[in-house]
Amino acid sequence: MPNAVEIKSRIEAAIPGAQAEVEDWTGGGDHFRAKVVAPGFAGLSRIEQHRLVYSVFGEEIGGPIHALSLTTHSE
Amino acid sequence: MSAQPDNQIREAITTAIRDNEVILFMKGTPEAPACGFSARTVGALQSLGARFAAVDILPDPRIRQELSALSQWPTIPQLFVGGELVGGCDIVTEMFDTGELAELLGAEQPAESGPAPVVANGGGLQIESQR
Repeated sequence: MPNAVEIKSRIEAAIPGAQAEVEDWTGGGDHFRAKVVAPGFAGLSRIEQHRLVYSVFGEEIGGPIHALSLTTHSE
Repeated sequence: MSAQPDNQIREAITTAIRDNEVILFMKGTPEAPACGFSARTVGALQSLGARFAAVDILPDPRIRQELSALSQWPTIPQLFVGGELVGGCDIVTEMFDTGELAELLGAEQPAESGPAPVVANGGGLQIESQR
């Protein structure tokens, strides 16, 4: 089962310079909320920023990670 | 629906996105959302008085599979305006808060008060637009 710490470290490992705050929204280990700041988001639309984060988890989104609510910023 | 091949489902989705200026793929219906994220997205659209078509993706898992393959977006709900994916609950909520959603919808649709949202059940992917 994924946890907030693991999700945070996977985002930060996959996206250069990223800093992530992740919380388990419901405490159930499947609904997470993340705030991600990464310089690489600059110039990308929100859709593209969120896709980048979702792509870290691939098929896990909608699977073991039922929901990953995102807020993204470039700085 | 059960005998409908997957490519027909994808075709139906493509057609629905093309033919409906504002269309929301969601879990449940606007009157009875089956997920908090879908509920919040419906709420944002309704509070702007936006008219939108809605598709319940729950009746057939292939709707979601084909939709996500098409849109390259993993989660539900998904809002499309003018044939383009706007985003899911997070982005729609954020755009609602900043006024961008109103601007987007206002640009696409005159700000006349339309009827209450009409729901299309996902079975057979019947879409009812609200015009």
